Amino acid sequence: MRARYWVPTLYIVFLLLPIYWLLNMSFKTTNEILGGFSLWPHEFTLENYRVIFTDATWYNGYIASIQYVALNTVLSVAAALPAAYAFSRYRFLGDKHLFFWLLTNRMAPPAVFALPFYQLYSAVGLFDTPFAVALAHTLFNIPLAVWILEGFMSGVPKELDETAYVDGYSFWGFFIRIFIPTIAAGIGVACFFCFMFSWVELLLAKTLTAVDAKPIAALMTKTASTSGYQLGLLAAAGSLTLIPGAVVIYFVRNYIAKGFALGRV
Amino acid sequence: MNKTVNQRAWWFVLPVVLLVAFNAVIPLMTVVNYSVQESFGSNMFFWSGVRWFEEVLRSERFHASLLRQLAFTAAILAIEVPLGLAIALAMPRRGPWVSVCLVLMALPLLIPWNVVGAMWNIMALPTIGLLSETLHALGFDYNYTREPGAAWFTVILMDVWHWTSLVVLLCYAGLVSIPDAYYQAAKIDGARPWAVFRYIQLPKLRYVLTIAILLRFMDSFMIYTEVVVLTGGGPGTATTFLSIDLVKTALGQFDLGPAAAMSLVYFLIILLMSWLFYTLMMRNQSR
Amino acid sequence: MAQIQLRELRHSYVDQPAADSDWALKRLTIDWADGGAYALLGPSGCGKTTLLNVISGLLRPTGGQILFDGRDVTDASPEQRNIAQVFQFPVIYDTMTVYDNLAFPLRNRGVDAREVDRRVREVAEMLELDDMLRHRAAGLTADGKQKISLGRGLARSDVNVIMFDEPLTVIDPHLKWVLRSKLKELHQRIRVTMIYVTHDQTEALTFADQVVVMNDGEIVQTGTPVELFERPNHTFVGHFIGSPGMNVLPCEIAGGRATFAGLPVDSVNAGAYRGDGGRLELGVRPEFVSFAPAGADDGIPVRIVKALDAGRHRIVETEHADHKIKLLVPEGEAIPGDTAHVRLAPERTWVYRDGWLVTGKGAAR
Repeated sequence: MRARYWVPTLYIVFLLLPIYWLLNMSFKTTNEILGGFSLWPHEFTLENYRVIFTDATWYNGYIASIQYVALNTVLSVAAALPAAYAFSRYRFLGDKHLFFWLLTNRMAPPAVFALPFYQLYSAVGLFDTPFAVALAHTLFNIPLAVWILEGFMSGVPKELDETAYVDGYSFWGFFIRIFIPTIAAGIGVACFFCFMFSWVELLLAKTLTAVDAKPIAALMTKTASTSGYQLGLLAAAGSLTLIPGAVVIYFVRNYIAKGFALGRV
Repeated sequence: MNKTVNQRAWWFVLPVVLLVAFNAVIPLMTVVNYSVQESFGSNMFFWSGVRWFEEVLRSERFHASLLRQLAFTAAILAIEVPLGLAIALAMPRRGPWVSVCLVLMALPLLIPWNVVGAMWNIMALPTIGLLSETLHALGFDYNYTREPGAAWFTVILMDVWHWTSLVVLLCYAGLVSIPDAYYQAAKIDGARPWAVFRYIQLPKLRYVLTIAILLRFMDSFMIYTEVVVLTGGGPGTATTFLSIDLVKTALGQFDLGPAAAMSLVYFLIILLMSWLFYTLMMRNQSR
Repeated sequence: MAQIQLRELRHSYVDQPAADSDWALKRLTIDWADGGAYALLGPSGCGKTTLLNVISGLLRPTGGQILFDGRDVTDASPEQRNIAQVFQFPVIYDTMTVYDNLAFPLRNRGVDAREVDRRVREVAEMLELDDMLRHRAAGLTADGKQKISLGRGLARSDVNVIMFDEPLTVIDPHLKWVLRSKLKELHQRIRVTMIYVTHDQTEALTFADQVVVMNDGEIVQTGTPVELFERPNHTFVGHFIGSPGMNVLPCEIAGGRATFAGLPVDSVNAGAYRGDGGRLELGVRPEFVSFAPAGADDGIPVRIVKALDAGRHRIVETEHADHKIKLLVPEGEAIPGDTAHVRLAPERTWVYRDGWLVTGKGAAR
């Protein structure tokens, strides 16, 4: 019975190996890295991390990333809430086509949109601001949020709405005070996925920023190209990008399976 | 659920429509615009009709990228879907280890894509990488920057590492939502484990598997950042998939017309194939 | 088919059960005769489903023994026990046809194809599923699906027992009755032991020859519907069965006679009380309480609180010194105005000590 557990165990070991290797590199000195193969840091150092935390170009990258990810999550979910409600409760002219059209945007390769986005956001003067990236990421996050939320909302019986109106709630009073708390789990799941896809996407984020709003992950590429091959620094920066994801997963750990099941993704 | 007809619902979807239209329609029009024009310098455009489309559809370079893309997508679907399903089936259903498993498995999904590329770069680097050194120790002649086979191996391994968890999480969620009574009935009916899988678990997982295959299909067809960081599309053009080819064409050579035409063809392929997948996989269910 | 005996059966979902409340089943000993139709009746959470799963082998009991025809099957798997179970929600194999669903347990046991076909057709005919054999099972209505669940049990000719876990929960009210009579009819035809779990007394009383009432992990009474009605073994049975439930009034016993609020009341078993303390109560069903004729002053003086029309009779609620006494008055019979006297039928009035019927052998347990 328990014998089958070696499958997930081996898989997790496989998942952790590259992460371990990244952490391992981040604690090594450049000399040790260039010196050859070693399974753990022999000259343990925090120098790489010190560089990142004292150099403004580095830590500003984190701030920029967090800014546009947060902005995008709020924007996507806020816009998706009423829309998902409309799709789950009403029929209206062109509803099915609209829903499908929204979903097709989830299928749009960012590479197709990179150049037009660059021109568009330069034209409206948002280039190199967190707003540009946040707005650009709504392209795939809004369809996703609408899809997830619609799934959750369809699971809430319509009688809830009707009871609230009978009890004398106005539409928005009902929506904000009763409906939103009811689907709180769904909102949590939608936020999680918006956060996730905005945090990991880089093609658009890199294209739409130059200096001020450059995301942390994009800065790493710069390190590799301009100042030679500073692998330790690269690894330290990479290790630090694992933290926001790990924190978010920790908070939603009990909802991951449920969220995947109840919602649609 | 029976829905009421309410045209004012359009006001509810308006913000979404405006935002997505701004992001999708305007750029898409730009692309369409470029795709039918010829550019000289930066500001002169001439009508060129469907010439760029003909060129893209006939171009051997595009054919090669498309072929590589199809091979890559087929390979990762063939590996990740059965593997993810197997891992989900083998996972414990309850107990303290469930959370631990899920958290660790979800981790790769939340790593920025270029960091994923960088991690595997570090893993595969000659003399200091864990992967390359292990393979050398086992007697393989492994160098992903020189050999197409090694490059493909590394790219696929990276994608399996990166995305199998998505399939696992989806399947796992589908599995835990099967009521216990089904397993109990199967026990009473004397069903063997294979029959339980074939007649209970697989049918109940149909929907999540469809979603998993669709998502993995779409996302693998759009893969860009990880591969660029890891191999840069090389050696040669061995791992130049569609997105990489597109960006190389558009930014590298400033061939806006062909790049735009290629973008549209590319987008249409994804739409068409997603639609095909979806209808094929869902058709039997409605019957 | 088999006789099923449970010996000192106990089960706990807790690893180290200490308190009494940790036990989902508390030392059950009971015999189920071969070919009987039993109902297992009790409120939600009383341990019915646990008991069912222990008998079917889905749960291994913490302690005690289960015997099928005298053979110990405590450690046997559900398959080895050769039982059938119908669950609360229909369990069917979605992708199979009705025919394949019914054939599934036979094919799993390696029965040859001709025998499978014969059995499936026979069962389909019994359950009136014959014209749907080629349909996909997923497309059937809830009652059709429950029939398939049942059919998978019936298809095996040699099942020891068929168990039903509140099988009519998802069935439309007008079909419940149809299915229930179908079950009764089937039982008379094939004579397999059947155990039917429910919290609905009507279902239990109409289906079963013997009703087992459970409360709080214990069996409080086993008997025919008539016995449960006329001689409840525990005030819980009195409350739970019958509508409205039994009147329970505090009493004292002196000299072999019960008194309620100072008024003497005749009962069947007050003489059996041995004066060993405990909480004493009188139990009498509303059916066995009547108004004394106007002018008569025997019985208990009561104030009439309200009357409720329940079709062929009326339920009258009365009160004496804050103790409610309900009685049933047949249609057409007058109800006195404000106050009256009520009489309790002595041959249907029982004395309970700490909830249990007082018998000559001390406490009834």
